[in-house]
Amino acid sequence: MDLELTQDQKMLQEMVRKFASTELEPVAAEIDKSREFPWQNIKKMAKLGLLGIIIPEEYGGGGLDFVSLAIAIEEISRVCATTGVIVAVNNSLAAYPIYQFGNEEQRKKYLPLLARGEKLGAIGITEPNAGSDVAGMESTARLEGNYYILNGTKRFITNAGEAGIYIVFAYTDKSLKHKGISAFIVERDTPGFSLGEHEDLMGIRATANCELILEDAKVPKENLLGEEGQGFKICMHTLDVSRIDIGAQAVGLAQGALDAAIKYSKERKQFGRPICEFELIQGMLAEMATQIAAARLLVYYAAYLKDKGVHRFSKESSMAKWFAAETAVNVTRKACQIYGGYGYTKDYAVERYYRDAKIMELYEGTSEIQKIVIARSLLA
Amino acid sequence: MLTYSYAMSTAFQRIGEEVGMDIIVCIKRVPDTAEAAVIIDETEKGIKEERLSFDINESDNYALEEALLIKEKVGGSVTLVSVGKKEAEEVLRMGLAKGADTAIRLWDDKFMYSDAYATAKILATAIKDRKFDLILTGCIATDDGYSQVGPTLAELLGIPHATLVTHVEIKDNKVKVERELEGGLLEVVEIELPALFAIQTGINEPRYASIIGIKRAAQKEIQVMSLEELGLKDEDVGEYGSKIRLKKLFIPMVEKRAEILEGTPEEVSVKLTEILKGRGLV
Repeated sequence: MDLELTQDQKMLQEMVRKFASTELEPVAAEIDKSREFPWQNIKKMAKLGLLGIIIPEEYGGGGLDFVSLAIAIEEISRVCATTGVIVAVNNSLAAYPIYQFGNEEQRKKYLPLLARGEKLGAIGITEPNAGSDVAGMESTARLEGNYYILNGTKRFITNAGEAGIYIVFAYTDKSLKHKGISAFIVERDTPGFSLGEHEDLMGIRATANCELILEDAKVPKENLLGEEGQGFKICMHTLDVSRIDIGAQAVGLAQGALDAAIKYSKERKQFGRPICEFELIQGMLAEMATQIAAARLLVYYAAYLKDKGVHRFSKESSMAKWFAAETAVNVTRKACQIYGGYGYTKDYAVERYYRDAKIMELYEGTSEIQKIVIARSLLA
Repeated sequence: MLTYSYAMSTAFQRIGEEVGMDIIVCIKRVPDTAEAAVIIDETEKGIKEERLSFDINESDNYALEEALLIKEKVGGSVTLVSVGKKEAEEVLRMGLAKGADTAIRLWDDKFMYSDAYATAKILATAIKDRKFDLILTGCIATDDGYSQVGPTLAELLGIPHATLVTHVEIKDNKVKVERELEGGLLEVVEIELPALFAIQTGINEPRYASIIGIKRAAQKEIQVMSLEELGLKDEDVGEYGSKIRLKKLFIPMVEKRAEILEGTPEEVSVKLTEILKGRGLV
């Protein structure tokens, strides 16, 4: 196994790192405060190909691999976890399932729009009464002539407020339990489809997170993704892929916090010397760096399995996501600790990093769900 | 004075026919020393590179962007040239990813310790037999800061040059350029092609390479030319071929001086103003 990045991957890393520090970092604190969706930067990233990294060139994407996608998300999240998840959702939760499960017409119609950033993607799985229990969803879809009529509410949907294309899951046949769930491509201007209030989140605040409201929403029949009843499978496979990117987001955020903590520990003086000379601070830095290195390898490994075409990588993907998310929370907490009282103020980015980190243990499957996935794989 | 004959360009006709311009951009890979600590190595003539990150020299990046903008406007080609070891290919390849057409790396271990003059000789040798209308360089390297390679290269090739260029406007066979002078003054000069411009930072907004660009760049060959292939002799390059010999690098001692100004606020402010004026700070 080659643990060295390829030349393309290194160049991508360099390009995204430079872009992130020049364009994203200066506005990260501002959008966290204002919750204003960073459209300007999203458009710039679209031009560079960052919104369709894994989508083949023939559909307007960059045609790179999943390791590359992880590298890009990591570099973006190093300075702005909000932008990191916006890009991750567009790539792996919206464009990827259309590419993987869509027919040729759907691919041709939607992928170029998503890859070029002309329309942003979102995915609706979670509902007010169905989080970890995906099959507990209440949304329904019934076929009437040439349309599916969708009803239900989706909650905590990243990108929702600014997206144009949504992947929505609903029951076409409740009696079949999870095998009765189907997936649909829903466009923003669908009659009967509207958005709820924006969530006032603790972190990743500019992600236009809001409810999707489906009231007899008329979705054209040809927008069924895959076949009727394939929704649960599509959902689980898509999450296996997207969890790698949430892992990458967590690694990037943690790395950003560590970099800041190292710098600050060299500048901040107490008892007449820089605090980095104190062994308790050094111990924290060593733990942070080691956890990040381990998390990064788990993320790359899961992406590598996906690139190799391994059929099942749920366990590795869940390991990467769970461990990286927990690392992000631990590392950002320690970064705040190293900053002392200053780390508890909005004057320093580590305060935002700490708030941003928590969501990673919650979305795209809580840490508990990841452990269940891992354990089931071990016991199968 | 060493001069080279160069392939006379037919810029006038070619631009008139809107065939475009062949542009050569000289770029250098330099360490990013803005935030990192610089440590001098055992030779006392270099710095320890292990912990530094490297990138294209800042003003060279603007020169590259200007070349790409001109090419997009009038057509033509952009060729990158760099004197440097294998690692210089990183900046050449990123330049290709941004849209340059070809890249050439000039290196031989004998090039080590070449000063600006010897470096310009190496570049001139590689460029003289190529067809070009315009050469762009950065106006200063952020590592050695000589600002001499551009003008020296122009002299060796026998073409006019302008330094600290902040605006380029191509009109027929002439180019109007704005130059930045001291004290906030700008000067406009008109130069006939072929010419060399040393580009100042801020002249444009350098682009990022796109993913597609990066993929395309991976398939391009970077031509490498050695001392022999360039037809240079040992005495042309390195310390022998240089007019300046590097003795040593050192980090100056940090001096701490503080002067306490005493008196009434009025008196202190007068004294302070005098000091600041005396040092040319206001």
